[in-house]
Amino acid sequence: MSTNNTSMKKHMGLKASTRLSNTAIYIILVIISVIWLIPFVCIVLQSFRVESTWKVGYVIPQQWGLDNYVKLFQTNFPRWYANTFIIALVVAAVQTVIVLCMSYTLSRFRFKLRKPLMQFMLVLGMFPGILGMIILYRVLADLNLVGANSLPGLILVYVASSGMGYYVSKGFFDTLPKSLDEAARVDGATRAQVLTKIILPLSKPIVIYTILTGFMGPWGDFVFARYVSQLKPLGMNAAVGLQSWLATDTMTHDYYTMFCAGGVVVALPVALLFMCLQRYYVEGVTGGAVKG
Amino acid sequence: MKKYSDLEFLRLSKWQKFCYKIAAFFCSIPHAVGNLFKKIGLFFKNVFVSIGKELADVVTAFTKGDWKTKVSYVIMGFGNIARGQVLRGLMFLLFEAVFIFYMITTGSGWISMLPSLGKQGPQEIYDPILDTYHTEYGDNSFKILLYGVLTIFFIIAFIYTWRANIRQNQVAEKILRSGKKLKSGKQDLHSLVDDNFHKTLLALPLTGIVVFTVLPIFFMILVAFTNYNGAHNNGYTNALFNWVGLENFRTLFSWNVGGVNYAATFGEILTWTLLWAFLATFTNYFLGIFVAMMINKKGIRLKKVWRTILVLTIAIPQFISLLYVSRMFDKNGIVNGALMSLGLISEAIDFWGTAKLARIMVVVINIWIGIPYLMLIATGILMNIPADLYESAKIDGASGWKQFSKITLPYMLFITGPYLLTSFTGNMNNFNVIYLLTGGAPTNTAASGAAGSVGYTDLLITWLFKITTGSEAQYYLASVVGIMIFVVVALISLVVYNMLPSIKNEEDFQ
Repeated sequence: MSTNNTSMKKHMGLKASTRLSNTAIYIILVIISVIWLIPFVCIVLQSFRVESTWKVGYVIPQQWGLDNYVKLFQTNFPRWYANTFIIALVVAAVQTVIVLCMSYTLSRFRFKLRKPLMQFMLVLGMFPGILGMIILYRVLADLNLVGANSLPGLILVYVASSGMGYYVSKGFFDTLPKSLDEAARVDGATRAQVLTKIILPLSKPIVIYTILTGFMGPWGDFVFARYVSQLKPLGMNAAVGLQSWLATDTMTHDYYTMFCAGGVVVALPVALLFMCLQRYYVEGVTGGAVKG
Repeated sequence: MKKYSDLEFLRLSKWQKFCYKIAAFFCSIPHAVGNLFKKIGLFFKNVFVSIGKELADVVTAFTKGDWKTKVSYVIMGFGNIARGQVLRGLMFLLFEAVFIFYMITTGSGWISMLPSLGKQGPQEIYDPILDTYHTEYGDNSFKILLYGVLTIFFIIAFIYTWRANIRQNQVAEKILRSGKKLKSGKQDLHSLVDDNFHKTLLALPLTGIVVFTVLPIFFMILVAFTNYNGAHNNGYTNALFNWVGLENFRTLFSWNVGGVNYAATFGEILTWTLLWAFLATFTNYFLGIFVAMMINKKGIRLKKVWRTILVLTIAIPQFISLLYVSRMFDKNGIVNGALMSLGLISEAIDFWGTAKLARIMVVVINIWIGIPYLMLIATGILMNIPADLYESAKIDGASGWKQFSKITLPYMLFITGPYLLTSFTGNMNNFNVIYLLTGGAPTNTAASGAAGSVGYTDLLITWLFKITTGSEAQYYLASVVGIMIFVVVALISLVVYNMLPSIKNEEDFQ
């Protein structure tokens, strides 16, 4: 009886201690969530502020209104938005094709230059990408693809080197059993048919992951877009354009709340898309990290 | 340093073990670096040996080959055509024709101008008939360098194709001697979707990489040995620049160039870059694991909600959140406003004003950015840790901390070792976080004379960017900095990567 009692007590003690630690965890998680959400809540609230365009020390607007959103569409912002959207669409499509070609080949084919090629690209990736920008800018300038006319130039720059980012999807293809290929080959399928008829239908997660990252990349790119557009209003993307509103103190004074509104307009579709496809993103990211 | 055997090691106290491991780590660095150079040496040796072999092979193929092969040494593709492989032969022939045409018309000109980078720049020439001046453009060093590099690439491609052409002849001879048939043009085409499908697939990606990455990098490496700067871009008025040898490297490493101490500036930025990469990587790593473990703990509800809230920072384009957060911490931003209205401070804190505070802020905000990624990754890995490991640990009476330090952490480190390395080098080149948060500020007054207005939070990569923008862009210095970034990243990657297995071994006998 007495032994039973002590074990009961011990059990109770354990339960109490887990309850205590769980409560502590809940408290920490709530604090973390608040910290993580504050900037986003603030940016939304400030985008509705009417009384002043300047940074003020408070968050909740004294006067609510859609003024900032209305004004937003009288500036170059719609053009920046359209620029970014077009770039993102084209890059998502072309980059996906290129990355899949590259990763599938490196995963499935065994040819003489495979290893040297992969090592070469690894070394190549150690050079800072901005470095090549200087000459690319001059060449694009000679082709008249910079400044206000930067759309094709930017797309070219984003897409051309995307083959280097093959790691995540190669990791995915490595997990697909090779026996699938072999069975199809025995049945007389060509290599191309194996890819289109067998592998691609199985690769939905990685295709979606590649499209998603390809689409999101141009929304966040700053450095290349700034370099190629040379701060010409018609050639900027959303990131460069909105940053230019906060470039100096006087600019910030006039445009701060409009920047918030612009941020909301940019973030909404991208974030929604991301949230819908979150599962694929998580799969890609975790797979990539485990493979190294 | 004295090496302990396994038995001796086990006898040490915990503190001694810890010290021993740290000492062992640092003692192995020279060895790893030495190995690295040995490997580089071996690599070059192998390259030369294989070039020698190729040359010998080419010579023997010529002496032993039949007349068709011999003609192919001059007229590429002749052997193919003579043996009935018309399609292949024509491709070779076409390539040779294009190459020769290009070299005669323009290529040789670019190559011959490469050593001098052009002699006669643009000048005003008096026109006696119209009685005006007109500009004669003359040589343009940028174009000479660019097309010179292109021509060199073309020549290398030609040599490679020429070698392939000879090898084809050798193979064809061998096949015919054994009594088999050669592939027809139709079969060749078909093989592009079958046995040679990889060539079809790689054609587009590799072309892109060569043209938009390899070529520019090769070009920029060459720029490091010239005096090319922004002034040479202005409307062809001053289009000539020339080779300066190692001058630019000397500038970066010298104590006094026109009153500027570039060595100290570079050293300071490099130190901060490494410190930043270290802090950014490991704070994110451990805090990310910590958060993931909290969310995944048994009995915690609303797992999906917590995760979604964190993932929001990934979903929203970084430039928005970074720019906004940096303004939140402004002198008259929300944070100061809130702290003042709560009465916690009486005067606004200038978060971006001093070097120390700005650096701390950057690291802290980077945690805000980085934890969600690590949370996702760690969640994936935590699920894969065999549950029975924890069960048996619990039965043995291991505490929560023991379970973490003996099971979770070693497992995580073991699996994510390569990831840690890539995220370290990625953080070294983390342009967005630094540039959008601070733009490098506060200004480093000690380095005010150096190019590109250096700030205390500037990384090498943002410094490079600053040097290359504006009217006083110093491209030559930027490419030297770029090369230095490459050297540092490559050294760290190779040394640490070769040491990763040793870390693994250490884990084994814990």
